[in-house]
Amino acid sequence: MSVAFRSSALEKVQEIFRRYPDRRAAVIQLLHLAQEEFGYIGPEVERYVAELTQVPPVFVHQVLTFYGMFRTQPAGRHHIKVCRSIACHLMGATSVLEYLEKKLGIRAGQTTPDGRITLSTVECLGACELAPMMQVDDDFCGPLDEQRIDEVLEKLK
Amino acid sequence: MPQVKIITQLFGVEDSHRLPVYERHGGYQAIRKVLSGMSPEAVIEEVKKSRLRGLGGAGFPTGLKWSFVPKDSQRPKYVVVNADEGEPGTFKDRYIMMNVPHNLLEGIMIAAYAIGAHTAYIYLRGEYVHPRRRLEQAIAEAYAKGYLGENIFGLGYKLDVYIHVGAGAYICGEETALLESLEGKKGWPRLKPPFPATVGAFGCPTVVNNVETLSYVPHIIQRGAEWFASLGTERSGGARILSVSGHVRRPGIYEVTMSTTLREVIYEHAGGIREGRALKAVIPGGSSSPVLRAEEVDVACCFDALASIGSMAGSGGVIVMDETTCMFDALHNIVQFYAHESCGQCTPCRVGTGWLKRIMDRIGEGRGVPEDVDNLRAIAADMLGRTICPLGDAAAMPVMSFVDKFREEFEQHVREGRCSLRQTVREAVS
Repeated sequence: MSVAFRSSALEKVQEIFRRYPDRRAAVIQLLHLAQEEFGYIGPEVERYVAELTQVPPVFVHQVLTFYGMFRTQPAGRHHIKVCRSIACHLMGATSVLEYLEKKLGIRAGQTTPDGRITLSTVECLGACELAPMMQVDDDFCGPLDEQRIDEVLEKLK
Repeated sequence: MPQVKIITQLFGVEDSHRLPVYERHGGYQAIRKVLSGMSPEAVIEEVKKSRLRGLGGAGFPTGLKWSFVPKDSQRPKYVVVNADEGEPGTFKDRYIMMNVPHNLLEGIMIAAYAIGAHTAYIYLRGEYVHPRRRLEQAIAEAYAKGYLGENIFGLGYKLDVYIHVGAGAYICGEETALLESLEGKKGWPRLKPPFPATVGAFGCPTVVNNVETLSYVPHIIQRGAEWFASLGTERSGGARILSVSGHVRRPGIYEVTMSTTLREVIYEHAGGIREGRALKAVIPGGSSSPVLRAEEVDVACCFDALASIGSMAGSGGVIVMDETTCMFDALHNIVQFYAHESCGQCTPCRVGTGWLKRIMDRIGEGRGVPEDVDNLRAIAADMLGRTICPLGDAAAMPVMSFVDKFREEFEQHVREGRCSLRQTVREAVS
């Protein structure tokens, strides 16, 4: 096996297994862990997770491709997710996305050439009081206007 | 009605998310009362009498749901918390988990005791990173104090609580899809029956409750079912936390009694419409609930009152639209959402949401044909009630209500191939 978790992550794997009556239940949790460890989930990582959880590789592939949070390609150092659902849409999400695309010189779904920022659109993030809003790595940011977006981008190295 | 402070009473108190603060304000008294003198049946009876209903959206009576769990089963039983808050317009559970995670934990403990569960899972949406950290800290604090684990509160009951992190799929808010996802699979809803009460997580009896629903339980135990029931309406007990968004001056969460009207919520609590504009429409219970016109907002926010006028209270996500809103554009956005989030299992939903989206796309591009408006409605009507889970209905209901109530706007879009409203607004601004 050409990929493997570090020992600290392997301890985490054992802790996750203890939460459930069977190993299969850990598949989504291990994919999260793998994405944290490796940045994205490539074919080798898929097979590794399948081996750890004792399920067929196709099962992991099916799960991986069903859920929106898993990345199958390398991403930038920061990930901006612009909410496009109804509350944000009513408050100007389209302008937010257009401004970000112009400012970063990329389209949603792409990463800046310097590897600094990946830009995506997502459905409702559960923060409609901040509309229009976006998630920057772990944090919710909003309400957004061009000045606020500039300030947020400034801090991303 | 004024706002009430039940779950929200500690919001704004410094360190309200920490165990000592929660306990200093009366927290963890209800579970002590339950473990030291109430039978599981008595707890279920009390919750039934309170008329607490499922605040995730379905409005099913909570006590009744608990009573369906077989008492004689030798299999393990589970409490599963639905913290997959994803219905567009809804964000109250995030506030609960950020501000009073111990309130939720106490509710979980009481529910677990009532149905005889010794393991609980909190199914938390993956994007909620900060709520996850709060919950992890709260769970660690509770274990350290002996409030979770082998012998909770020293009163002879065992309970473990784990967080299960979701990975970005709206469908997993549906309880059987959530259970599939908890088992590590893709979130495809299950046929019911069997209901989760008999065959739920890992094939075992399971109760799935929303974060807010469980968070009311300790307050009901402490202050009595009669008190809670009397705050509400005939069939919807107590209060709920509404998430208010869109074109209001003060978007945010408001905990109100069930008899509070949408007009009071919008104009008193949320400060009215932005920039002194007029109200045009309201989606009262998350994006899947049928839209209301401005003149329909003198309605209580309880499940029955909203159902009686053809909408639904749903998740309590109140999305407010002012007079500048293009209803075609708003529905176009909602239709795109459901087309994206349909899990693909049932044909009417998988194909129907795609058809709806393509027709809306076509009208939006100025290529609509006159029969499109009727076709939108007809496709939605054909989806209704024909799918395993309610996502098909959730996609159909907005379409039918938007077209029925704002038909002229849709016809205008088809006729003129553009939005005259946005044109007017743009001219007025420039």
